[in-house]
Amino acid sequence: MKRLFSHQKHMILALLLPLFFAFFSPVFGQHGDGEHQAAEQHAKAEMNVSDVIIDHVKDSHVWHFTESVVLPLPVIVYTKEDGLKFFSSGNFYEHHQVVPYGDYTIDHEHIFYKSQPVLDLSITKNVAMLFINSALMLLIFGTVARAYGKRKGLAPKGVQSFMEPIILFVKDEIVKPNIGPKYWKFLPYILTLFFFIFFGNLLGLLPGAANLTGNIAVTACLAALTFVITNVNGNKNYWSHIFWTPGVPNALRIIILPVEIIGIFTKPFALTVRLFVAITAGHIVLLALTSLTFIFQSWFVGIGTSLVNLFISLIELLVAAIQAYVFAMFTSLYIGQAIEEHEHHDSH
Amino acid sequence: MLFSLILDISYAIMGAGIGAGLAAIGAGIGIGRIGGSAMEAMARQPESANKLQNSMLVIAALVEVAALFALVICLLISFKTA
Repeated sequence: MKRLFSHQKHMILALLLPLFFAFFSPVFGQHGDGEHQAAEQHAKAEMNVSDVIIDHVKDSHVWHFTESVVLPLPVIVYTKEDGLKFFSSGNFYEHHQVVPYGDYTIDHEHIFYKSQPVLDLSITKNVAMLFINSALMLLIFGTVARAYGKRKGLAPKGVQSFMEPIILFVKDEIVKPNIGPKYWKFLPYILTLFFFIFFGNLLGLLPGAANLTGNIAVTACLAALTFVITNVNGNKNYWSHIFWTPGVPNALRIIILPVEIIGIFTKPFALTVRLFVAITAGHIVLLALTSLTFIFQSWFVGIGTSLVNLFISLIELLVAAIQAYVFAMFTSLYIGQAIEEHEHHDSH
Repeated sequence: MLFSLILDISYAIMGAGIGAGLAAIGAGIGIGRIGGSAMEAMARQPESANKLQNSMLVIAALVEVAALFALVICLLISFKTA
């Protein structure tokens, strides 16, 4: 009887909490009483939804947590005339207005020196997020590695016991079946890749966080690493399959050759776009639904969209894990294909 | 000439809307087929339900991303013209 009661209590909580959340989130969607709104020029009577969504998804030099809590990140630019310059991006903004700083101007997050483009090496929002992601990974896996050293032969405890099933999953389900006997050499890279993408996806879902894996530059670098590792480790079988496909007549081989060469490049391209699109589209859907509240200015719409946002966020958690799994699986598949040694049949 | 210019932009926005709808149809058909065959296989052999469910989720993610390609292009069109 007692166990039944606590089960029912948990069920009631599980139903009430989303409703509580849904009822209170639209509060922030309503406009203020107009104390300072009426005075300002951008009185938000007409919110430009597409601009807001694109701004939230793109990279920027200033990290906006809320309307007033901002973190101006350092700008690092290099020009031939002026050399390497460090300054705060807050210099470009004065009371929400964009102003030039000396000879430097900023236009939609592009920095210009006397209207010429510069080499922009700044710590932008996504770069800062990348540092946070790396620091988090070092923290967690440093702890796990130390725990393995200290607790030799003992059962895992704490963070170690949380990470161990995931690490073993990557090793036994992703790396070993796809790469084959020589998997140990590539296991560290695939593990790092999987957890980098997984933590990056999860961090991007936090409020106020930057969209790390939804930046096509980040995913392009990860895919470029896959490209480099695959082709550097490609053995004779791999290259002979591309340039001189075995088992087909010669005339067909000439046709297959350009297709195979393009195929070397489309595989990392597909990796890039897959991860980028999955994460960015998820964020855009969440932002578009939240903007509905601002467009309609109604309590009912607010409650409805908060509930829908809750369920879509749960799907996004699943997508975060699945996209990390898919990226790691395709990478190990390509590496496995590159280092594959098989017996030569007579038809080769 | 100005009238024909406005006509073109509205066609572009309409095309973006129709494209997004078609992308949703494509995702629906693809994921529906995956779910349907997964259901059939799970009904045939309930012991393999767990394995089938995992594969189903992974393949659904791949098919969904293909639909999202089209969605992103439609969004780009609508944001460029708005």
